Amino acid sequence: MRWTKVPSPQYSVPSSRWKVGYWVLGTTYWVLLLLSAAPSLEEKHISVYSPVAIYTLPVLERAGHEYVGLLELLEPLGRVSSQTDGRRWNLRYNAVDAEFAAGKTRARIRGRNFDLSAPFLIENSHGLVPLSSLSALLPRFLETPVNFHESARRLFVGDVRIQVGFQPDASNPLRLALNFSAPVNPTISTEPGKLRMVFKRDPVVSPGSQSISFDNKVITQASYSENNGDAELDVAATQPLMASFSNDRKTIVISVVPQAPATPSVAGSQNPAPTSPTANVASGSSRRVLAVVDPAHGGSERGAALTDTLAEKDVTLGFARLLRHELEVRGFAVALLRDADTSSTLDQRAAAANVARAGIYISLHATSQGSGARVYTALLPVEGPSKGAFHAWNAAQSPALPVSRIVSAAIVAQMQKREFPVRASSASLRPLNNVSMPAVAVELAPGTDGVAELTNANYQQRAASAIADAVVSVRDRLGAQP
Amino acid sequence: MIPRHLLIGVAALLVLVVSMGIYVRHMRRRAEEFQYAAADALPVAPPASGPTETVTLYVADDDAGTLRARSAQIPLPGGRQQRAEELLRALLRIYQQPDSAHPLPPAADIRSIFLVDPGAAVIDLNAAFADQHRSGILSEQLTVNSLVETLAANVPGISRVNILVEGKTRETLAGHADLTETFDVITVEQAANQ
Repeated sequence: MRWTKVPSPQYSVPSSRWKVGYWVLGTTYWVLLLLSAAPSLEEKHISVYSPVAIYTLPVLERAGHEYVGLLELLEPLGRVSSQTDGRRWNLRYNAVDAEFAAGKTRARIRGRNFDLSAPFLIENSHGLVPLSSLSALLPRFLETPVNFHESARRLFVGDVRIQVGFQPDASNPLRLALNFSAPVNPTISTEPGKLRMVFKRDPVVSPGSQSISFDNKVITQASYSENNGDAELDVAATQPLMASFSNDRKTIVISVVPQAPATPSVAGSQNPAPTSPTANVASGSSRRVLAVVDPAHGGSERGAALTDTLAEKDVTLGFARLLRHELEVRGFAVALLRDADTSSTLDQRAAAANVARAGIYISLHATSQGSGARVYTALLPVEGPSKGAFHAWNAAQSPALPVSRIVSAAIVAQMQKREFPVRASSASLRPLNNVSMPAVAVELAPGTDGVAELTNANYQQRAASAIADAVVSVRDRLGAQP
Repeated sequence: MIPRHLLIGVAALLVLVVSMGIYVRHMRRRAEEFQYAAADALPVAPPASGPTETVTLYVADDDAGTLRARSAQIPLPGGRQQRAEELLRALLRIYQQPDSAHPLPPAADIRSIFLVDPGAAVIDLNAAFADQHRSGILSEQLTVNSLVETLAANVPGISRVNILVEGKTRETLAGHADLTETFDVITVEQAANQ
């Protein structure tokens, strides 16, 4: 018999190429693992809309079925109590008694049998019922009709649904009005070719068809979808869109961002259109700059009480309309953030200005104290340009602050030319802090004739033309972020 | 035998007496509630005791639109936090004078001040301070600047200030000045000097 020595395995330190290979393999494994787990990271929930409360509840997956806590579902709608007795779970909702048993599909409600589509579960004394049984189960407890969109997990208790209608503007193809049967508060975002409105707390329902096409080359289509408790309306267009609220938030007006890339130059072909954004800014007069004018306050938010009958919101709106005219005749595209007595949150105002990529943002205020006008820039520390592409929401104004101060100084100079008492200052004032373009706030105070002068068209006209002239004088700076 | 009309008369008087008693009791309770409400709206802090010190108060002037430094002799307690509270209450007393150049509501008060090292202070105002404050960018910003500068000038080491109302974050003081921000003392000083 011959014995041969079995060579022992040789373990050597992996070369650097192998190390890199292992690292790549390991990283790929974790990335794939995370990607495969990503869908489960999104928490499923059900949205409940009723006249007394609108709320969301987490949805649990058990043995291939989706479940929700019955006590938690009924709690906001009436008086409810539960009691766990071993495998039995008793529930009382107002005067309705129900008895469930863990692991059983048979329940008794109001003394009658009821069959669930999947076994009832008890977890930590919480009674869980399958989502697919809610349409039949809830009418046993509630005395109002129940409508459950099971695939989207949206539950409507009673007549709470908000209908939406589309109203294209025949005279203006760049505008589309969405009329809702009740006030809405969607989250609005834009992406190339689309404006998206997500309704998380509004019981908005389908407009009849999931997709509506418009006979319009700019705003082409609107589509409705709902998923995971939310409803979504998307408006497709061939140009960038912006949205504004009116009619006490019952109407959303979608319009094309009015920033025209170039206007016919006086010099015509002798002055060819610039190709780069920088050249565009530098040329100034060869393009239209979008000015966003924000009449502060509005709707139920009245602002300062200037007199017993005169509210700040009314003065700012009239002043804004005058300023719009003054800027338009000087070649600016102008967007008013409200053109009626409507309210918007400060965040919505800032978001509208940022989404529109305006060249300048002007917020208008009025006061009964002092005289003349005050021009404010944001009270923020000046931030260097090395902070990267992203800025904190509360300091979004920081990079544009140097240009904002130039605009402020120009307004002061123009007002002083007109012998209008004026002073520049800084204020911690939203949404000034949140807009990413040069931004100022102008607070109009009474002249020599007292508060009544605030509504005087001539007085407002002097201030508006001074602001407009000042904006013209710094036009070349607008849009150029430092 | 008591005559019937006498019995009816006595019964009617008895009902009247009981009704009046209930009504008087009800009115008394309402008067007490009103007194408590009125008392709640007024500053309840006891007067400070301690050695008198010279402090610098930054007092707002609406007409000029500026802050003016003013020296004052006020008794200050020993603790750093109590000193800060008394300091701002002394400032409020100036604003609550009838001839104040920057009037603040009579019921305005400082509920408390929390000094959070390093360098952060949180001023907690009462509801009346904000609810009854005059609305306007200038007026509101002067109030904020006055509180921040006075605190920073007299309590060493404060570089950042937050303002709460009734212990909670409030969006604006009276519709304009943003209270969700942390106020940087240096930035406020620079703005006040503009």
